Amino acid sequence: MNLIGEKISYKPDEQFHLNDVSFNFKKGNLYTILGRTLSGKTTLLKTIAGLLNPDQGSISFEEKDFIKIPVWERNVAMVYQQFINYPHLNVYENITFPLEQRKLSPEQIKKDVDDALKTVGLVGFENRKIQELSGGQQQRVALARSLAKKAKILLLDEPLVNLDYKLREQLREEFKRIFSEGLSQDTILIYSTTDPQEVMELNGEVIVLDEGKVLQKGPAKEIFENPSNLKVAEISNDPPMNVLKGSKNPKNLNFENISLEIPNHFKNLEDKDYNFGIRASEIKLDKNGEEFEIELAEISGSETLLHLKRGNSKIIALIEEVMNFKIHEKVKINFNVNKFYAFGEDEKLVSSPYGGTNG
Amino acid sequence: MSKLYTFLKYFFITFWTVFVVAPFLWAVSTSFKDFQSVNSKVTYIPWLDFEPTLEGWRVLIKSPAKGGVDIVEPYFNSIFVTCTASLISIVLGTLAAYALSRFTFKAGFVRNNDITFFFISQRIMPPIVLSIPFFIFLSTIGLLDSLLGLVVVYIVLLMPIAVWIMVDFFNRVPKELDETALIDGCNPYQAFYKVVLPNSIPGLIVAGMFCIIFGWIDFFFAFILTFTEVQLLPVKVVALNSSITPWWSLSASALVSVAPLIIVAFIVERYLSKGNLSGALK
Repeated sequence: MNLIGEKISYKPDEQFHLNDVSFNFKKGNLYTILGRTLSGKTTLLKTIAGLLNPDQGSISFEEKDFIKIPVWERNVAMVYQQFINYPHLNVYENITFPLEQRKLSPEQIKKDVDDALKTVGLVGFENRKIQELSGGQQQRVALARSLAKKAKILLLDEPLVNLDYKLREQLREEFKRIFSEGLSQDTILIYSTTDPQEVMELNGEVIVLDEGKVLQKGPAKEIFENPSNLKVAEISNDPPMNVLKGSKNPKNLNFENISLEIPNHFKNLEDKDYNFGIRASEIKLDKNGEEFEIELAEISGSETLLHLKRGNSKIIALIEEVMNFKIHEKVKINFNVNKFYAFGEDEKLVSSPYGGTNG
Repeated sequence: MSKLYTFLKYFFITFWTVFVVAPFLWAVSTSFKDFQSVNSKVTYIPWLDFEPTLEGWRVLIKSPAKGGVDIVEPYFNSIFVTCTASLISIVLGTLAAYALSRFTFKAGFVRNNDITFFFISQRIMPPIVLSIPFFIFLSTIGLLDSLLGLVVVYIVLLMPIAVWIMVDFFNRVPKELDETALIDGCNPYQAFYKVVLPNSIPGLIVAGMFCIIFGWIDFFFAFILTFTEVQLLPVKVVALNSSITPWWSLSASALVSVAPLIIVAFIVERYLSKGNLSGALK
């Protein structure tokens, strides 16, 4: 009964867009695909929708070979990152379009459309033209159209990325509500995004995709706490997790002429070279700390992002207040050593503050 | 700065308007003159400068037996040939353009762009290059000096324009729109006529307008491929110019022959300024 993909590869040119991707999506669950731009997220969703045929691999749904079924018979719904609606139809007609295509009864159509409009908060906008709506409203129409279809597979391809910051926050909140209320237990919801925060908030099963390859699968919490390698650690954190090349010896951790005491979770670690990982939020300003040079200071909202440098290492610190810094000024910072990750020289996770190790 | 800009803007608009409208006014004025008023001295304003007469216009609908030139039949011939050829060109051209825009063709070294270029290349050649092949072709199939033959030739001339404009137009319609239609349960044909076509009306209008203009103003092929049975308007108008140039009826017939284009332009302008696609498709 599940949507199962096996060893899917798609390589239209020199580069793999999908490279040996396998998945098993269960009904009633929310899956998020996390990856940077061009990591293959859209390709994967289009492959599931049937808009692309993979070069290799198979997809089956409800025990049927999905690849043999043409797009228009698959009963999937998809929302694009661009706000795609039918410009020649008004809001109401946009949402009825797929239902009329399936030749449902007029009463059924009316009911489904009204429900969908209510869910996305567009009641009263029925006769508006698409061009008259704001970006957020246009995306709501697209979402309403895919909800009204009651498709068994709902694909959302970075639906919030083209919206402004505030609207994104607001819609993200609403999405959580819509996903919990507006969907039947029959639906598989697949949501792709570049934003780790969205992944954490939606709190579904996560697939981390990079260069067409699945790097890690698991619940959002697991990905956040125990990223299986450096790449996942970078992709699943915003700002990306800092990496410091260093080593452990019996007495302390060393990097860039800094010595830190060994945290408890590193006690059993072999003494050798490591890539240490530390989140930007675990670095604090501290008069007694280590000296770094400021390369750039960005203020975003109520936070300041400090781009720091020492020796060959560049790191980002997240200071939770707005402060003015001068470029090339020296600051002293302190690392929360209890939140250090250790990745081996092969970039695989060796030790995490949450107890996970690779393999 | 902005005052200067406004001044320059209106200056150029005024200049251009005068530049474009003056010949028309001249033609309108001349069409109401007779031999006397044309040849005596420079005159412009009817009643003031000269006594207007409708003779120049009357000649156009009089039969040749009564000393007229009768442009009515060529007029309808031109309308028929232009409209039929334009319509067929638009239908075939739009289908071809959609295919070229959305699907990938490979045949040896030939790719989509090559096929598109092949269409455009038909317009790059000077028409005189095509005249002899067309002549031989039409005489072989027995369509020389016939309306049908002209329609066939005009389709060859007009379809590249339709393909060219529509390929460009479809390339700007995001393919996600077609994909959404497919996902929403349309098969590819339904996606085309239920979603893509209704959103392509501005493009169709532009393409249609160009086809009509280029079909309507063609003189060269109408001149070469017809003799006595069939005559098109441009040929007839030029034929008016005999030993004594009848400036009055020549002006009148010129005005009558550009009238349809002016009407088309006015109708089309309204549709174009609507800008149906802006905003909804990014």
